Amino acid sequence: MIRFLLLFSRQGKLRLQKWFTPLTDREKKKVIRDMTMLVLPRPPRSSNFVQWRDLKIVYKRYASLYFCAGLEQHDNELLALEVLHRYVELLDKYFGNVCELDIIFNFEKAYFILDEFLMGGEILETSKLAVGATMEEADTLQETMEEYMSKPAY
Amino acid sequence: MSPSVPLQEMIRAIRSARTQCEERGVIQRECAAIRAQFRQADNGGRSHNLAKLLYVHMLGYPAHFGQMECVRMIASPRYSEKRVGYLGAMMLLDEKQDASLLITNSIKNDLSHSNQYVQSLALCTLACMGSAEMCRDLAPEIDRLLRASNSYIKKKAALCAVHIVRKVHDLGELFAPAARSLLAEKNHGVLHGAVVLITELCERSPETLERFRKTVPDLVQIMKGLVISGYSPEHDVAGISDPFLQVRILRLLRILGRNNEAASDAMNDLLAQVATNTDSTKTVGNAVLYETVLTVLDIKSESGLRVLAVNILGRFLLNNDRNIRYIAMTSLQRIVGTDHNAVQRHRGTIVDCLKDQDASVKRRALELSLALVSATNIRSMMKELLLFLSSCPLELRAQAASGIFNAAERYAPSQRWHIDTILHVLTTAGGDVRDETVPNLIQLITNTSELHCYTVHKLYRALLSDISQQSLVQVACWCIGEYGDLLLRGECQETEPVQVTEDDVLDALETVLQSHMSAPATRGFALTATMKLSTRITDNVDRIRSIVSIYGSCIDVELQQRAVEYNALFKKYDHMRAAVLERMPVIEKNSPGHTNGESTREAVKEVQPAKVKQAETLLPQQPTSQVCDLLDLLGGSEEPLQPNPAVGSTVPVLPISTSSTAGGDLLDLLGGLEPTPLTSAPTVTVYEKGGVTLTLSSEKQSDSGLTVTLTACNSTDSDISSFTLQAAVPKSVQLHMKAPSGDSLPARGAAKVTQMVALSNPNKVNLKMRIRISYTSQGSAFQDTVQVDSFPEH
Repeated sequence: MIRFLLLFSRQGKLRLQKWFTPLTDREKKKVIRDMTMLVLPRPPRSSNFVQWRDLKIVYKRYASLYFCAGLEQHDNELLALEVLHRYVELLDKYFGNVCELDIIFNFEKAYFILDEFLMGGEILETSKLAVGATMEEADTLQETMEEYMSKPAY
Repeated sequence: MSPSVPLQEMIRAIRSARTQCEERGVIQRECAAIRAQFRQADNGGRSHNLAKLLYVHMLGYPAHFGQMECVRMIASPRYSEKRVGYLGAMMLLDEKQDASLLITNSIKNDLSHSNQYVQSLALCTLACMGSAEMCRDLAPEIDRLLRASNSYIKKKAALCAVHIVRKVHDLGELFAPAARSLLAEKNHGVLHGAVVLITELCERSPETLERFRKTVPDLVQIMKGLVISGYSPEHDVAGISDPFLQVRILRLLRILGRNNEAASDAMNDLLAQVATNTDSTKTVGNAVLYETVLTVLDIKSESGLRVLAVNILGRFLLNNDRNIRYIAMTSLQRIVGTDHNAVQRHRGTIVDCLKDQDASVKRRALELSLALVSATNIRSMMKELLLFLSSCPLELRAQAASGIFNAAERYAPSQRWHIDTILHVLTTAGGDVRDETVPNLIQLITNTSELHCYTVHKLYRALLSDISQQSLVQVACWCIGEYGDLLLRGECQETEPVQVTEDDVLDALETVLQSHMSAPATRGFALTATMKLSTRITDNVDRIRSIVSIYGSCIDVELQQRAVEYNALFKKYDHMRAAVLERMPVIEKNSPGHTNGESTREAVKEVQPAKVKQAETLLPQQPTSQVCDLLDLLGGSEEPLQPNPAVGSTVPVLPISTSSTAGGDLLDLLGGLEPTPLTSAPTVTVYEKGGVTLTLSSEKQSDSGLTVTLTACNSTDSDISSFTLQAAVPKSVQLHMKAPSGDSLPARGAAKVTQMVALSNPNKVNLKMRIRISYTSQGSAFQDTVQVDSFPEH
């Protein structure tokens, strides 16, 4: 299973954090610090896999964001690269040419998309279309309710 | 989608803060406002407030006051509020928080909600942060949902079940039937979830594993469908149909086929098909191939398939993509034990990867290279490894150095090669080797006596060029101290002769002593080596004396102590100096705690030279009790070292060359443990004939114990050899002759032979002793007897 998924900028600012195992706040902060220190200094053409403690760290840089996932020993690292790529594709489809600012200003949406793609550290849905469709429907549901609630009650 | 305006405004405000302090100010204000809003009754902007709080939390600021708000939002009937509430729960609440229990009821209700999106929120949250109690509570619900008709819910329920099983292992039994039936689904999401669930169940329980073996044909069928089927736009990734599902199925097959012939046979064809047909130009294809290879190597596959798998790994090794090379080496590492020969075929490529730029690849290549070293390829591999050591990144140096030592230890083709290799490592990476390298190397050197000359010359040269590598300097100092006489002799068979004067050697040692680069331990080595040279060189003993006395006031307490003791050896115990500073005995390989370069920190202390070193440091301050602990130095309680006199005769070394003899006071050295005032014992000449003089001195040890020291001297012009003494005493007296210090008496009293005899006279009879002297001089044997009737006593 994937133990955690982190998105951080080139300056080490955290943009998204998803934890699939229970950790204390202190432990989470330590992991985030370790990940940024592990990944950011690596030269551009190095391999995307690093061994850290008992986990395999798979990371990929997309524009100004680093996507970093921690895997267990029996997980397939090459597939994890595909998982990260799939997530970026989903974000891209949803936001239309996604950039870091989209994720900053609409972070809750980024989480919702992630929750339709991964769950409990495992892949939930392997079809891009299906995830996209679900997001649309859920958003519609939310808007309908909001519109309904914000309409003045005559 | 409607953006959350208040949220975005806050984000903009925070981002425009120019300093950390400003940002903190903005956030404090916002948090205060959020807190105030939380306290108010239901208003339309609740979800926005919570979202703001979650953003602040992500920046690293405390947000626990939002926990109760999450609980309230989750209970709200509005979907938008539930959505943010559940998100907040996943971010702020974990199973360790008490508030998490409060949402159990909401989750339970939402699991049966009419709207599938509400159900999915509950499922997602439960899978993310559900505690063991919550899981136990809600497991039946999940099982029910597993059998629902809605694919969307089924796939989420499957992964939720996986989480439950991870938290509460016993509940696996509950989900097994439902999991089995899910395999018949067409929906890939559900299928994937089912495979993950079955994998989890099989990993946890061997009985469940047995039951699920029957699903192998179904899995093979599904897999075949994916591999052979035409283009499916929904699941296609670069020409591969649903690689995520393929990889999961392969992993499940691996678990089911492990240690089971029948299951392995059933999947054989499929694996061969996947291995040959999968397109390996893109990462995704390689991901599937990788999983296939892992599966083939783990199950009981037939040999043809195994060869195919290893060949795929070999191809991976040649791939341009670093990631592929990296995982190839990881996989090869796993099978290097079982399929050693197959991996050996790729040794060349692996060794090439040592030169890769990437640190991760280098690390893998190093581990694999070390595993591939064997007796046949040791020389070429070592060349590559040493080359690697000189340019490898810092974090790998210690591992590389110890790996090289291990390999050298196991496969060294010759002693000289072994020593050369270790020296090479010490010169390149001396700072990164483990502590036990120094004693191990010293032990190795003492064991190869024919190479002493060569070794000391090499080390001396290394010392001259660089004194910064502590391990190397320590070994060099030790060798120079031990074999300094060989160094000064000049000629050496194995290397070119070089003229080394005594001053040169002392200069080198002094440089080490005075250099700021030398660690305290190193300086200790250097000082001891200097001292040892006092018995191996002839001209510059005064220089050594002055060096030693200078360090008597050194700030370093350890060095000062040594210097003071060595000073004492020069002054008061000059007669003992030769014996004390004799050649060290050969250290046996099987001494207790001997390590082969493997680390056990405790063992370090027990390796002989280290112990001797420690024994040296045990020498206490007062000269009077120095005697007792010199006993440790030469005698040691546990080791196979013999007391000094015996040592002199077993090791094939130069005889004690210098002037002073041990005299009657070896008695004190080897005798009782009570500190005795060290005035010289009275000696009596008991025999004088033919140029050979035998003197005797005795000391009372206890009421009935007496230690007698016999000293022989040769004043003729020719050397005497095979000198032996035999003694006889009255019946009730017990006699124990200790080994003599030697058996040759050089001409003109150049050196003496001493022998100690321990007598025990419990009945207090009149003590007499008959001594027989025998020796060879100028080719003829002599023998004589003398009787001693009275013993001088204090």
